[in-house]
Amino acid sequence: MPRRLLSLLLPAATGALFLALWYAVYFSLSADNRFLLPTPGEVWSALRDNRTVLFRATLNTAEGALLGFGLSACVSFVLALGLSLSSLVRVSLYPYLMILQMTPVIVFAPVLVLWVGPGVKSVTVITFLICFFPVVVNTTQGLVSTDRNLVDLFRMYKASRWQEVFLLRVPAAAPYFFTGMRIAAVLAPIGALVGDYTAGSSGGDGGGLGFQTIIYSSQAQYAALFATAAVTCLLGFVFVMAVLALSWLALHKWHDSFERSDV
Amino acid sequence: MAVPPLVEFRDVAKRYGNGPTVLQGISFAAQPGDFIALIGPSGCGKSTLLRLIAGLSPVSGGTATVEGAPPENAPPDLAFIFQEPTLLPWLTAAKNVEVPLRLRRAPTATRTRACRDALTLVGLAGRERAYPRQLSGGQKMRVSIARALSLAPKILLLDEPFGALDEITREHLNEELLAIRQQQGWTAFFVTHSVAEAVFLSNRLFVFAANPGRLHGEIRIDLPYPRTAETRLSHAYQERVAEISRLLRSIENT
Repeated sequence: MPRRLLSLLLPAATGALFLALWYAVYFSLSADNRFLLPTPGEVWSALRDNRTVLFRATLNTAEGALLGFGLSACVSFVLALGLSLSSLVRVSLYPYLMILQMTPVIVFAPVLVLWVGPGVKSVTVITFLICFFPVVVNTTQGLVSTDRNLVDLFRMYKASRWQEVFLLRVPAAAPYFFTGMRIAAVLAPIGALVGDYTAGSSGGDGGGLGFQTIIYSSQAQYAALFATAAVTCLLGFVFVMAVLALSWLALHKWHDSFERSDV
Repeated sequence: MAVPPLVEFRDVAKRYGNGPTVLQGISFAAQPGDFIALIGPSGCGKSTLLRLIAGLSPVSGGTATVEGAPPENAPPDLAFIFQEPTLLPWLTAAKNVEVPLRLRRAPTATRTRACRDALTLVGLAGRERAYPRQLSGGQKMRVSIARALSLAPKILLLDEPFGALDEITREHLNEELLAIRQQQGWTAFFVTHSVAEAVFLSNRLFVFAANPGRLHGEIRIDLPYPRTAETRLSHAYQERVAEISRLLRSIENT
């Protein structure tokens, strides 16, 4: 029990220490410069004052993030299945997947807007481009690293290619898929915000958190900027928690990462 | 009135690609009901021989037949028990046992019945819904055996199945295996490093030598079946074990 108490108290203490440091830095600034660093209290009131705008913007960004994230999960799964079929396919496609991942997506934002239209469509595509890589790589890794003995077992019993993939390789790759999804869940809200920042503003729906970022910074509303960051962060938590919940549902009965001590 | 051999090898050789010869000049004929133990130093190709019988890998020379056909085309009357339990961790014990039947698209009723019978046979009735990680090493091996038996195979290939288990569990499983064999009557090929286990189980014992892997000789174990825990205490059994241990040492030293 004391250990459990500690695991609650320690993070709270770290948080308090952090807030104290924040105020310390604030008060060490000369009065003229204090506008550069809003205090936690100011961030909180900015959050309250802008709650209607921020709420709508969060919904817009969440929509783009969710669509892009979902799209990347589906596309990545199919792509990983293809990549896992043969090492020749992997060799031919991997360099280009890498290039796509290395390419700063924002550079293409202006043309993306022309290709797919502004607002949520562009945000979705940008989020997708940022999210899909870790899922593809992890899932492919899982699909090709199935236990050799299990593959032998399936071949022994004359399993069809189809059976081998869907009864063996896919379930065996599930933990890898979820690892990729967890990384993607962190990237999705940030990706959506970046997408919105560059391509979301003219969608006619009032824009998302990226658009608010532009507005707040142009108006030097630094406390509101911090509030926007906090909301985005919260959105990221929601995404990660959702993925964790899904992976718990899919894996807790059998996977060692959810080992309970009472079994 | 000779019964046609169930498995027959004539001068079989095996090498992987351009690698060294793993097996050379292997000839034998296994009759229905034989329990053949394969024993010999590491790297003598015992496990490879099982893979050849199973049709998991083609022979490089000579001819091998299983029920009169090449192993790749043999009727699916063959089951393999690996060194590891080789269970699918995301399936319950019962679902694991059903895997081979599911791969053959057997109807659900058949599957359920075969699965229940097989689990009862290995003494795991009541553990159907347990996942592999909830089972002990011995229980996992039992599930693996039940999975092989669910097919009512004619030929059972066992690749050191009890090597990772403790002595007591291993002896229990040996006794159970023989008891099950009385009910099902398959022909077994059993790879092991344990002379005691080989003598206890088999009626024929193939002794292998390494570099290249070849059949050094065959020993008939004429201890009467059924063999039980009592058998291990008998003078005849212990004498056989000592004799074969000496033989193995002499092979390994040459």
